Amino acid sequence: MHGRLKVKTSEEQAEAKRLEREQKLKLYQSATQTVFQKRQAGELDESVLELTSQILGANPDFATLWNCRREVLQRLEAQKSPEELAALVKTELGFLESCLRVNPKSYGTWHHRCWLLGRLPEPNWARELELCARFLEVDERNFHCWDYRRFVAAQAAVPPAEELAFTDSLITRNFSNYSSWHYRSCLLPQLHPQPDSGPQGRLPEDVLLKELELVQNAFFTDPNDQSAWFYHRWLLGRADPQDALRCLHVSRDEACLTVSFSRPVLVGPRTETLLLMVDESPLAVEWRTPDGRNWPGHVWLCDLPATSLNDQLPHHTFRVIWTAGNAQKECVLLKGHQEGWCRDSATDEQLFRCELSVEKSTVLQSELESCKELQELEPENKWCLLTIILLMRALDPLLYEKETLQYFQTLKAVDPMRAAYLDDLRSKFLLENSLLKMEYAEVRVLHLGHKDLTVLCHLEQLLLVTHLDLSHNRLRALPPALAALRCLEVLQANDNAIESLDGVTNLPRLQELSLCNNRLQQPMVLQPLASCPRLVLLNLQGNPLCQAVGTSEYLAELLPLVNSILV
Amino acid sequence: MADSLPTEFDVVIIGTGLPESILAAACSRSGQRVLHLDSRSYYGGNWASFSFSGLLSWLKEHQQNGDNAEESTASWQGLVHETEEAIALRKKDETIEHIEVFCYASQDMDDNIEEISALQKNPSSVTSKPLDSVCLSEETNSLHVTSSETPAKDTPKSDEEISLEVTDVEDILAEEKYCGDKTCINTASGGDKDENKPIEEDNTDQPKRNRITYSQIVKEGRRFNIDLVSKLLYSQGLLIDLLIKSNVSRYAEFKNVTRILAFREGKVEQVPCSRADVFNSKELTMVEKRILMKFLTFCLDYEQHPDQYQAFVHCSFSDYLKTKKLTPNLQHFVLHSIAMTESSCTTLDGLKATKNFLRCLGRFGNTPFLFPLYGQGEIPQCFCRMCAVFGGIYCLRHKVQCLIVDKESGRCKAIIDHLDQRINAKYFIVEDSYLSEETCSNVQYKQISRAVLITDQSILKKADSDQQISILIVPPMESGTCAVRVTELCSSTMTCMKDTYLVHLTCSSSKTAREDLESVVKKLFTPYTETEIDKEELTKPRLLWALYFNMRDSSGISRSSYNGLPSNVYVCSGPDCGLGNEHAVKQAETLFQEIFPNEDFCPPPPNPEDIIFDGDDKQPEALGTNNIIMAKPDSSEENKNPESPENHHQN
Repeated sequence: MHGRLKVKTSEEQAEAKRLEREQKLKLYQSATQTVFQKRQAGELDESVLELTSQILGANPDFATLWNCRREVLQRLEAQKSPEELAALVKTELGFLESCLRVNPKSYGTWHHRCWLLGRLPEPNWARELELCARFLEVDERNFHCWDYRRFVAAQAAVPPAEELAFTDSLITRNFSNYSSWHYRSCLLPQLHPQPDSGPQGRLPEDVLLKELELVQNAFFTDPNDQSAWFYHRWLLGRADPQDALRCLHVSRDEACLTVSFSRPVLVGPRTETLLLMVDESPLAVEWRTPDGRNWPGHVWLCDLPATSLNDQLPHHTFRVIWTAGNAQKECVLLKGHQEGWCRDSATDEQLFRCELSVEKSTVLQSELESCKELQELEPENKWCLLTIILLMRALDPLLYEKETLQYFQTLKAVDPMRAAYLDDLRSKFLLENSLLKMEYAEVRVLHLGHKDLTVLCHLEQLLLVTHLDLSHNRLRALPPALAALRCLEVLQANDNAIESLDGVTNLPRLQELSLCNNRLQQPMVLQPLASCPRLVLLNLQGNPLCQAVGTSEYLAELLPLVNSILV
Repeated sequence: MADSLPTEFDVVIIGTGLPESILAAACSRSGQRVLHLDSRSYYGGNWASFSFSGLLSWLKEHQQNGDNAEESTASWQGLVHETEEAIALRKKDETIEHIEVFCYASQDMDDNIEEISALQKNPSSVTSKPLDSVCLSEETNSLHVTSSETPAKDTPKSDEEISLEVTDVEDILAEEKYCGDKTCINTASGGDKDENKPIEEDNTDQPKRNRITYSQIVKEGRRFNIDLVSKLLYSQGLLIDLLIKSNVSRYAEFKNVTRILAFREGKVEQVPCSRADVFNSKELTMVEKRILMKFLTFCLDYEQHPDQYQAFVHCSFSDYLKTKKLTPNLQHFVLHSIAMTESSCTTLDGLKATKNFLRCLGRFGNTPFLFPLYGQGEIPQCFCRMCAVFGGIYCLRHKVQCLIVDKESGRCKAIIDHLDQRINAKYFIVEDSYLSEETCSNVQYKQISRAVLITDQSILKKADSDQQISILIVPPMESGTCAVRVTELCSSTMTCMKDTYLVHLTCSSSKTAREDLESVVKKLFTPYTETEIDKEELTKPRLLWALYFNMRDSSGISRSSYNGLPSNVYVCSGPDCGLGNEHAVKQAETLFQEIFPNEDFCPPPPNPEDIIFDGDDKQPEALGTNNIIMAKPDSSEENKNPESPENHHQN
């Protein structure tokens, strides 16, 4: 009497659903099969469009079917009249939109739209921008759509200022948006091109300050949001350094020329070409890396023929021209000298400050102040701590050395998951500082003992070092890059955790090697030492291999020239 | 007509306020035969919303309170059997007191005429929204009105269109009304207001400011939906959950409150409360941003960090805030605008309130609150609609004279209505205001002080948009008084005419409404004057019209305070003073569980495709009768129309 509703039971509902699904699956499979058959038979007609749209409408991530559609459309382009084609494109665009509604993050759909728009004689870019705005309204972090928007904006030549305003509006809504910040980093340099002399990709100071304020708002609001910190790093970062030849060294004894580059390169006939001019005439030489592996590296060397080194002239000049890098360097070997070199000093401007830019230090200084203020409020925020460390290094690495080390300690405590990364970073900074100090002292001796180093880097900068002390650190290996130290005579690496000696190879002048209290297990790991012709003193005391049976015999055989082996 | 009303029900509900309406929906949904009555001519009781003329009529009715001589009670006493006794119900609503009305907008000669005519539209002194359309239809213009009304409501965002269409109708109406003798006045008032303006404004150099006259307010009266109680829905509150769960939400539309405001040092400012707000705020320093965000983040899961507040549980929340490094303005924001507590509230209550606020943030927008389009009065009607869909029967203007109690069992068995008809039921739900003085003689009621203002500008003007919905808590001016809650609605909420704002003030009463609220009104607004506006006062919005009244707060009254109620008679309270609707929902659910302990409370309705129609059980049969509202479940456009329960039972 009351018209109570009769409702299906849950079993009935489940059964109805199951039947529906089964039906769907059947349709899906038969349609897929038909498409593949037609494709194989080359029947690329409108029926394929119809069938694929049924499947893609339900599952837009079926990449092969998008390929099918492209094949059909390409074929139809040749067959149809312009009017028919226009209608076809219109349906295709509508269909793509419906697919995007099914899955707004479908790679295939966005790609197909790019492809289609790229083929149109008169694409309606305004409509596409509107489409992007709508999808980003729903999900402001849909990077597929951001990608497409960048494509559209580039095709339609949308003024960067307009796009910047668009990113503004999305950041206002939710600043936790990598895509939006990244887009800014692309647009701002376009909007404010630097004069030719200035470093490319950098912003004028007034713009920079405005951006810094914006991003500060973000990280003061939510210091745990990484997107803002990454943008901050970009703002303060600097463009890649210019390609350059950092150092040129020629040695009479070894009849060898060594070059160090500003970035790792691969020298060879099909890659980078190096031109060597000896006394202003070209000389064909074979280039190799110090460790002999010929992998991309900072340091390359070549053997010189005796004629280039004879004592008949008062001096020889060696000029290396790096064609791709548009750089060259020259050094002179004087009569009676064993070696000659020419190099950029590490104390020269910003050789190591590659993390942050050369912006006026007042900007960096005020950024440091804000970050310190934030750090006081958020003593445990890792992003803030890391930024403080980077800012300090950019400002003055030696002045802030002690403070930096304290911040490293705090940072390691709050972010134990990245302890090893931080140790390595700290090692790098300490090494840079030691290098700077060494250069100020103008010596070829480098003391890196007792520094808790976990990794060695910048070894290409140590081309001229003769004495290196690495004792009392936490090094686990002497890496292959160590082979770049062509002038090294004495190497001390006691009290580390060294297990391998890959880098102690082909060192032409190495005489003394001390490796006490390390973790060398097998005599086999000493194999590389055999390639060091002048090695006379080797100290291996306090290593596990000393206990192994037959070590002495093995060593005597491996290193017959070494006078004194302390086991 | 009375014959057509069935006499056997499971549940009779008297009063159409929010808790009664939710109960009606719940009962009907669980298969009970429900009769839902209201002696008033409109839905909602003290939860109703009125058009401007509807409100004027409501005022008139309440100002006349007590005028009517008591009718004789003899007529129904003969219907009570020997084995029964009767509990008489109250004849007059006495929940509204201390009504005071002030009109500041200019009232020209033609305005007076307009006002009278507006009142004349109503055949009786009791008018309301649902009646409006009926009244108008008597003016032979019903066709125009409905045709303009419906599309306007369907497209609530296109303000321009609405006003345009309505003006058209108004012009027609006006012309017909004044045909003959007063044509010239009529064209002046009926024409665009801009035509009036230049005459006055030519000689003043003040910035352009809309001039709204009383006649325009009356004329555009149907644009208003003025709530008797001012409430908002917490985005994660009980009412929202219930609306969603029961699918009643499909009958209503909502707008997010756009701003939380604070009143500090004589200035109104916006409170940044969401992450985006804090990020975008120009007023806060970087450090303040961090401190505020840090504190709010802590509040979100404060239970997990007892060490941070344990030492302060015996302090007041305001003292606790001082220890959290918050600057004075941030303390004010948190205490008054986010926690919305009194200064004396304890630390734990404050944290709880802050957490609740934050929990609601971001679900539908940047503030924790929703406002129902066309006013709070929509909500009870939505539940009534759900009740009707499942077979509930509705009669407005249907007075109940008494409850009949069986002497032997002590249970109530029937009611006798104003037509002396006896209607039997198992359970009876009565809203507090229907209970007689005798029943309530031991009850101590609290009071709510209310003010309703129509103003010409927002209390915080913003360059980007004049369509803002704001909530502002004004802390007590002196100790011992209460904080005043101010809600400002713009015209896109469909509660006021274009270029005006509808402002609601609410606090729990210590004196009459005007005494409680006038000082706040004076701080925020300046009365409208035609001439020479003080330069300083220019920045404040101007008051066009103001109403003060006190409403009884019957919430929180224990059942035992009522004298002699049978165990199967349940009492619902009227609106409480709080911002949310939690009390009403909780009450409805508690009562429902008490009556039907084994039934689900407002379960989701079945999917249309899961409903089985078979021949013998024709579903519409019981619903289709003449005098009953039959809401079609799919008539969603119609639902936006406050006048939608069009076929209700009228005598």
